[in-house]
Amino acid sequence: MSTLIKSSRRDFLKIAGTSVGGLVIGFNWFSCDSPKVEVLSTEEILAQAKSFNSYLSISPSGDVVIYSPNPELGQNIKTSFPMVVAEELDADWGKVRVVQANLDTEKYERQLTGGSGAMPHSWERLRKAGATAKFVLVAAAAKTWNVPAGEITVDKGVISHNASGKSGHFGEFVAEAATITAPEEVALKDKKDFKIIGTPVKNVDAMEMYTGKPLYGLDFYREGMKHAMVQRAPFGMKIKSVDESAAKAVAGITDVVTFGTSVAVVGTSTWPLMKAKKLLKVEYEADGNVESTSDHDRIFADLMANGKAETKRADGNVNQAFKNAAKVVVAEYQCPFLAHSPMEPENFFAHVQGDKCELIGPTQTPDRARQSAADILGIPKENITVQITRLGGGFGRRLRADYAEEAVHISKAIAGPVKVTWSREDELTGGAYRPAVRYRFEAALDADNRMVGYKLKGVGMNAGNSTRENNFPSGAVDHVLIESVNYESSVTTNAWRAPITNFLAYAEQSFLDEVALEAGKDPVEFRLELLNRAKSNPVGELGYDVDRMIAVTKEVAEKSKWGQDPNVKQGLSVYFSHRSYVAQVADIEMQGGTPVLKKITAVTDCGMVVNPIGANHQVRGGIVDGMGHAMYTNLTFENGVPKQKNYDSYRLIRLKEVPEIETHFLDSGFDPTGLGEPALPPTGGAIANAIFAATGRRLRSQPFIEQKEFSDINLEIRRA
Amino acid sequence: MANYNLKINGKAHTVDVADDTPLLWVLRDHLGLVGTKFSCGIAQCGACTVHVNGTATFSCVLPVSSVGKAEIVTIEGLSEEGDHPVQKAWAEVDVAQCGYCQAGQIMTAAAFLNENPSPSMEEIDNAMNRNICRCGTYHKVREAVALAANTK
Repeated sequence: MSTLIKSSRRDFLKIAGTSVGGLVIGFNWFSCDSPKVEVLSTEEILAQAKSFNSYLSISPSGDVVIYSPNPELGQNIKTSFPMVVAEELDADWGKVRVVQANLDTEKYERQLTGGSGAMPHSWERLRKAGATAKFVLVAAAAKTWNVPAGEITVDKGVISHNASGKSGHFGEFVAEAATITAPEEVALKDKKDFKIIGTPVKNVDAMEMYTGKPLYGLDFYREGMKHAMVQRAPFGMKIKSVDESAAKAVAGITDVVTFGTSVAVVGTSTWPLMKAKKLLKVEYEADGNVESTSDHDRIFADLMANGKAETKRADGNVNQAFKNAAKVVVAEYQCPFLAHSPMEPENFFAHVQGDKCELIGPTQTPDRARQSAADILGIPKENITVQITRLGGGFGRRLRADYAEEAVHISKAIAGPVKVTWSREDELTGGAYRPAVRYRFEAALDADNRMVGYKLKGVGMNAGNSTRENNFPSGAVDHVLIESVNYESSVTTNAWRAPITNFLAYAEQSFLDEVALEAGKDPVEFRLELLNRAKSNPVGELGYDVDRMIAVTKEVAEKSKWGQDPNVKQGLSVYFSHRSYVAQVADIEMQGGTPVLKKITAVTDCGMVVNPIGANHQVRGGIVDGMGHAMYTNLTFENGVPKQKNYDSYRLIRLKEVPEIETHFLDSGFDPTGLGEPALPPTGGAIANAIFAATGRRLRSQPFIEQKEFSDINLEIRRA
Repeated sequence: MANYNLKINGKAHTVDVADDTPLLWVLRDHLGLVGTKFSCGIAQCGACTVHVNGTATFSCVLPVSSVGKAEIVTIEGLSEEGDHPVQKAWAEVDVAQCGYCQAGQIMTAAAFLNENPSPSMEEIDNAMNRNICRCGTYHKVREAVALAANTK
């Protein structure tokens, strides 16, 4: 149908790869034996297109360009956002191009990636963007054909009037549509009429990734730019002296720049920087607490016993409940610090020119990077542009702007464009870590083995509130006390995928397993008994929807064939976080005395699933992530410096270490909620509870492989 | 600094770099072939995997001085049109999340399948275990390698 045919597919891939990054969606190589269709480049389409709103432009050729404002780090937002716009537009998905929008706070709200919040925030906005564009296109067709708009139908980018037999594609009405004002309110489709949402749509950047096109910040290059790497001070220390002579003597090094507690080597390519950085002689001195892991353990013990706790929730009379209890269960759980460790190390490009600044790179919070640059340079935010590249992972690390700030400092100092690159050692030692935390749980059971009292005390590091006081089992227990103590550490910490709950869920779900055992109840029945109590007679405020929690619990029991095979030892974990509900069961099969972790079954209620491919990815990826860090990963400190400096000692999960993962989604009829985080928190608990069921060993610290309780458990992981 | 004549993706290139410069940085910084990724720099994660005379090799620890006359193939040179069976399988299975490690995964898989065109799932697991994916796309990596093996 397109009449403006110009560049070949190969040219298009090249153009798209080096510029705005659009690509035909849903392209299937296996159905591509027919001669290749020639298509317009995204630039060519945009040159002729009319903008309908911040999200949407349509060209006379009928091609649709959809802007995706939020940073893409693997959560698949660059595919799922445009699906929502295209749905309400009734576009032909094959004619849609997706372009990553630059930072523009006039056009977009909440242009960030974090908290699994993009879809719930933007769902209505995206639908309206598509629906209003469709409205004016239909009005334009109605005017052109002189027929009532109500008689017009739209399907796959084609507008039709059945009675007169007239039809035409979107592009034919773009000019006329420009004369029509979009209404403020517009009818949205009934969900049952969705044609794109809910269908498996493939990643819009797929072929660029699989052919090695420059998509990521680290791939960015501009003629004349310098490269830089930075030596950072240990936590709690500052620079005493810098001897840069040996570093500066390395061929290819042009500058050494000191700012704050950092020293940057600057040069014409990356490898000389790595050599020069090792030759920097920087002496440091204490400038605060210089902490080691042994200090953290001591601090946890001290603050758990004596720390001034802030009460987060108090229901009933806890002291009385524990005094009258028939049984009391007490346990403490602790986790280590973790790095985010995205595969693409931190990097950023900055070019400061007078009172202007250009920033390009991987960031979850482009507006924060811009604000930081404005603060450093003392220039208005409006003078700074931010181009968002595809992110090679984030996990919360790129919520911080520290590495963008480094690029700004260096560009200013050398008066030229520069790209800062972090090594893996920089990433693991120059952190912003998931902080270590310790929890103490206490449960009071009455004579009938009902949980009548529940206490949780969290000691966090830079965590603020280390609890989630209105989460289950709050609401299901008469007497509750939830307290939080915070320690201000000199180690830089930051949100890490599913902040707080990434460990709290494991600790809580393991502890509830301990209580169920003490109460002599099946773990599924024990939870359902509590949830039914919260439903029929809730205590205080509930942060979760009891019915949805019950539904995922029952469904996971059914799908995992809970308790049906005596040779399969199972662990249950159910958690609500970031607006979604995920229940998981881990299966350990005993094979001749050897425990074999074979499978994790997950049931998720994230409301409507926008893209089943993306949803499956997020649930399985979250489980692999949760499992890997629970099992293997540790980060310890000695005198303000992490001991694990690269992947030879900082152990990440590998392919052979993942069991089968079976995913199910419950359609609860709610609007979609995010999935970047919610599948991770329950996993550690499901595995730990299965390990207990299989071996009688209770794991109360992570990583499991470093615990003495685990040392003689020869756990094998094998897929069916 | 010295001149090195390299054969990369079927073409001759000359670069003037220090002899300890890893092939990875020659590709990325000097030849603009940025499809080969930097991640750990110590031969642990596989993001930098290229083919050296057909063998999957960690380019982050391979000094340019030891490359000699070897034929280097990078992700950019794996196929003309991005239609190598492994690339096609990756697209069909829709493997990637963030995608950063996937070029390395594809290069490992392509070299492996060249050596072993009809592998068992266990052989696939052993071959692909050398590449880390932080997003946890391992199930799909496995599925895509199996698909590529079947559709060759």
